[in-house]
Amino acid sequence: MALVESETADETPDGTLERLDTQRIALYVVLVGLIAFYLSPLWGGMTTAFKTDAGFVQTTPLIPPTPEWFTLAPWQEAFGRLQGGLLNSVTFVVPATVLSALFGSLAAYGLTKLSWRGQVGVLVIFLAGVFLPYQSVLVPLRQFWSMVGLADLLSFAPFLAERVDLIELTITHTAYGIPICTILFRSYYKGMDDDMIEAAKIDGANAFGIYKRIVFPLSLPMFAVTLIYQFTQVWNDLLFALVLVSSRSNYVVTQSLNELQGSLAQEYNIQMAGAFIAALPTILIYVIFGRQFAQGITGAS
Amino acid sequence: MDFDIRRTLTRLARGRREAADSEEERTDERPVRTDGGASSTSTSASGRTSRWTRLRHSEAVQAIPFWLPPALLMGLFVYGAISWNLLISLTDWSSLLQPDYTDLSLDMYRQMPDDKSFRAAFRNTVVLLVAFTGVSLAIGLVLAILVDQNIRFENTFRTIYLLPMALSFVVTAIFWAWMYNPTTGTINVVLRGLGLDFLTRNWIGNPDTRLAAIIFALTWQFSGYAMVVYLAGLRAIPDAHYEAAKVDGASTFRMYLRVIVPQLSAATTSAAVVLMVFALKAFDFIYVMFGDNPGRSADILAVMMFRVAFSRTQWAYGAAVATVLFLLALTVVGPYLYLQYKRGDL
Repeated sequence: MALVESETADETPDGTLERLDTQRIALYVVLVGLIAFYLSPLWGGMTTAFKTDAGFVQTTPLIPPTPEWFTLAPWQEAFGRLQGGLLNSVTFVVPATVLSALFGSLAAYGLTKLSWRGQVGVLVIFLAGVFLPYQSVLVPLRQFWSMVGLADLLSFAPFLAERVDLIELTITHTAYGIPICTILFRSYYKGMDDDMIEAAKIDGANAFGIYKRIVFPLSLPMFAVTLIYQFTQVWNDLLFALVLVSSRSNYVVTQSLNELQGSLAQEYNIQMAGAFIAALPTILIYVIFGRQFAQGITGAS
Repeated sequence: MDFDIRRTLTRLARGRREAADSEEERTDERPVRTDGGASSTSTSASGRTSRWTRLRHSEAVQAIPFWLPPALLMGLFVYGAISWNLLISLTDWSSLLQPDYTDLSLDMYRQMPDDKSFRAAFRNTVVLLVAFTGVSLAIGLVLAILVDQNIRFENTFRTIYLLPMALSFVVTAIFWAWMYNPTTGTINVVLRGLGLDFLTRNWIGNPDTRLAAIIFALTWQFSGYAMVVYLAGLRAIPDAHYEAAKVDGASTFRMYLRVIVPQLSAATTSAAVVLMVFALKAFDFIYVMFGDNPGRSADILAVMMFRVAFSRTQWAYGAAVATVLFLLALTVVGPYLYLQYKRGDL
């Protein structure tokens, strides 16, 4: 493994130019080689998704299709099959994301910016929820929702009753998102300057007024981080959907994609196109908000 | 009760001492609240503010509406559900009827040691935990050190190494099922291209390599996470430590081994715990690749639990397997949280 000394001599005072010695060249070769490794499944998937059925069998993977093998048909086919799942996912992921972030922000405020005994105890209860393997709640979760009978409760509104799986999924994801959202906001609030809050207290603002006028506006950057983190997590989840969503018309995108993969055992071009379509929202978010994404995932540790 | 943000800021500028003075004035001016039936709770010794008012103004009371609703929601779904799961695992519920909570026993747990499929799933889970976490940490550390060398386009490299984490298990499982395809998959095609034909095999079809193939793909997905954690750790080490090691004549390799890596123990611990939690949740990946029965060679507790409970409706046994998985997570996370608590990081 090429471990390179980063001597200051490698850089001019303004740091714009560097001398390329053999060690540096070796370093870049390794780094670019690693890029090839990390991107190979995606690159291979992308080239495969543009090939005809005969093309992905007869041509080399990773090599883009020549005009005779090129086609957009896999994308159309995959989009047709995922359309419903994409729409269903949007309808439950957005509210679940916003609600869990809001609850997390409120809880973190109550647990850090207001002083009272027992804060740490309550906080530990919140924190432990982050590390839970979801398998240990699946059976009760299914029992709980069948006992609540949300579908019957919503019988007055047929549209909602048909979507009851998605409503259950929204509430479930909100609940399980609260711990991590609380942790993310808490680390942010801990570092927040208290001067403004104290001044507002002096002016007679109550806790809610302080949250609404000062803490919430100042938390907007952390809301960005938390919403991005939660969106990715909830969008990518398959497990809860498998347990809670039974009617095909309510399938979320991960379920639709899983079904597409299962029903088209060897149609790799359609599978790959489908994988990209399903991953597009999170890839876009990652590329656009890379820093917030990294902040979110490391905030969990 | 309302306040004016501009006045607040002006007061801030005037300094805290003055602000503190005005607080006393305000306290004097503040009218005694006697609204509602609460006034009957009598007045305090000073006679100026009622106990009700003080209670309303105590931050402990004001904090309740903020943390209680999320705590209830989470408490119900997390702690309520875990307790309920434990209760279900003590019944013998294995049908579409309702469980019988009056006849509790440890039967489900007693049958585990003799259940070959449980033993395989348990063994694979532990192997997955240890191997995946170890390999991901090692690769993450190397990536972090490489990226930390004042390289150009550092952001681009980092972004690409971390990219797989933005993808769902469903997506990565589809990609890797294709990568591992024995005839048209990239891995074997590249190996053949390099003249390494003897290394080609049916990676996920062959029980001997199935678990290793899963671990390799998961490492691809999550090593970027370890890199990010290690990078933060590396950036926190003062330059003086690198220079001191160099003055002592240590080689680069020795410098990292003896001076830098030991200082990354906090990063290692937290990354390891989170990676282990990922490994315990690797259900989605295996489920998409193999369905709910990946065979003894790649079965893990998370998948077994789902198969037993949701496909075979042996709810009680599924709940018992889930409890084992929960205890496994607890042995990893419990000491970590305790350590954090001791260090005052909570």
